[in-house]
Amino acid sequence: MATVEVSTEKKAEPPQTSVPAPSKPKTITLRISRFNPSENAETKFEEFKIPVQKWTTVLEAILYVKENLDHSVAVRYSCRQASCGSCGMKINGKPRLACYTKISELESNVVTVEPMNNFPIIRDLAVDFKQLFSTHKKMKPFIINEESEVQPGAKEFIQTPQDLEKFLQFSYCIKCGLCNSACPTMATDKSFVGPQGLAQAYRYTADNRDQGKKDRLKIVDQSHGIWRCHFAGSCSNVCPKGVDPAMAIQLLRGYLLGFRK
Amino acid sequence: MRESIIMKIHYGTALGAVALVAIHILMRMSQKYSDSLQYQNVIANYHLLPYALMLEVILVLLSVHGFNGLRVILLELKQGVAYERAINYGSIAAMAALVAYGSRTILMAGMGVS
Amino acid sequence: MAEQFSNREGIKGMINPTRYGLERVAYWMQRLSGLGLLAYLIGHIYETSTILNGKAAWNNMLSLTQTPGGHLVLVIVIGMCVFHTGNGIRLMISEGGKGIGRPGQPEYPYRASSLNYKQRLCIWVSIALAALAMMYGAGVLLGD
Repeated sequence: MATVEVSTEKKAEPPQTSVPAPSKPKTITLRISRFNPSENAETKFEEFKIPVQKWTTVLEAILYVKENLDHSVAVRYSCRQASCGSCGMKINGKPRLACYTKISELESNVVTVEPMNNFPIIRDLAVDFKQLFSTHKKMKPFIINEESEVQPGAKEFIQTPQDLEKFLQFSYCIKCGLCNSACPTMATDKSFVGPQGLAQAYRYTADNRDQGKKDRLKIVDQSHGIWRCHFAGSCSNVCPKGVDPAMAIQLLRGYLLGFRK
Repeated sequence: MRESIIMKIHYGTALGAVALVAIHILMRMSQKYSDSLQYQNVIANYHLLPYALMLEVILVLLSVHGFNGLRVILLELKQGVAYERAINYGSIAAMAALVAYGSRTILMAGMGVS
Repeated sequence: MAEQFSNREGIKGMINPTRYGLERVAYWMQRLSGLGLLAYLIGHIYETSTILNGKAAWNNMLSLTQTPGGHLVLVIVIGMCVFHTGNGIRLMISEGGKGIGRPGQPEYPYRASSLNYKQRLCIWVSIALAALAMMYGAGVLLGD
């Protein structure tokens, strides 16, 4: 069960070192979007007063609500360190990771949390990733090479640091879905592959061990594929890991336009 | 047709149209703007074969580019096999209709009206 | 999951330019100007077709279009045309993988290198050129 350090109670012993005393906690209003498709089809907001410190994250505030005020709030989370990609949600109108967003950086006494757009809602803040995972799989997210390095007598694949740099940043994708939630095409096009899938298609295509470029280019060169990206850059704007999906998509498109070999 | 080919046409028509529309606008500005719109001057433009041909090319380039752009927007707004087919064929039909209507003006003004 | 629970933002979310920076503003301006220019193209082709009906019909059309209101529309069309061209060229180059930075090790605070100053500069230049062209166009049209 989660524990949240947002209590206003003082410790018995004052600190002996010169560490500055914790700042006085303030109270903010957390507005949580509540929606349960099995009960009714209406979204409503519930407000909770939360004591916060300057380091309190939005996830910690939600967990405070679950622990102390209303345990029925549905939220998905796991690692609390921006590694698992579970706690993506819309915070004050913008898709962010709840564990990676401090309330103090929002500079508002009212924090509104909603489920991410462009994903079906399971309940409250939890959304369904079925489509994201399905499109991710369609991009063949693995090395395609007939010569496996594990065969006896086969040589290792040589990969220089320069080769690695061509795709490394795109392999940091944690599949949190924030990019798909921010994408303007995803807002209306339910068939669009989305920035996450396209960036992963580039990640494997740019890998010098991979020989599946032709296959992947064929997959993305569809009417709801790579050409429905218009480089609005919103995906890269919200990516919490610096993956820069917009760059990957344009580099992938470079192959199709003949700018790159 | 593959989407990449369609989009290459989209980019090509854009570049071609930029160059030719610039010439078209410069022709308007080779004299006083209101004079350039006088009936005799406009007819004289249509009678000038290279200029009339250029107008025809601009018409084709802009129709293809414009209706393909509209097609892209409409495809992103709604999905479905029947809808998408209607949009694809509808765009081609609209493109052809606009080119035909504009060509009629260029052809008839160039050959008949004086 | 039924599409009614899909929580898609829809057109409202697509056109909302306030949340994701200048590139998103450029995105909807490109769309808006494209639609405007297509509407103008259709109108312009219809407008010029009246020349086939003779001098009187042509002059009649001019009396409708060569008015302060008509000139204002033309000035807006000039602006849309120049912005659409400038931003369109930026997009064509970027979509070929040029001018968007190079992949590398991302470092905190993870600023996306594809959303770099060159992109923003090109957008601002497109807006500035559109504004200049509109001013020049207004001078020519209204100074007549």
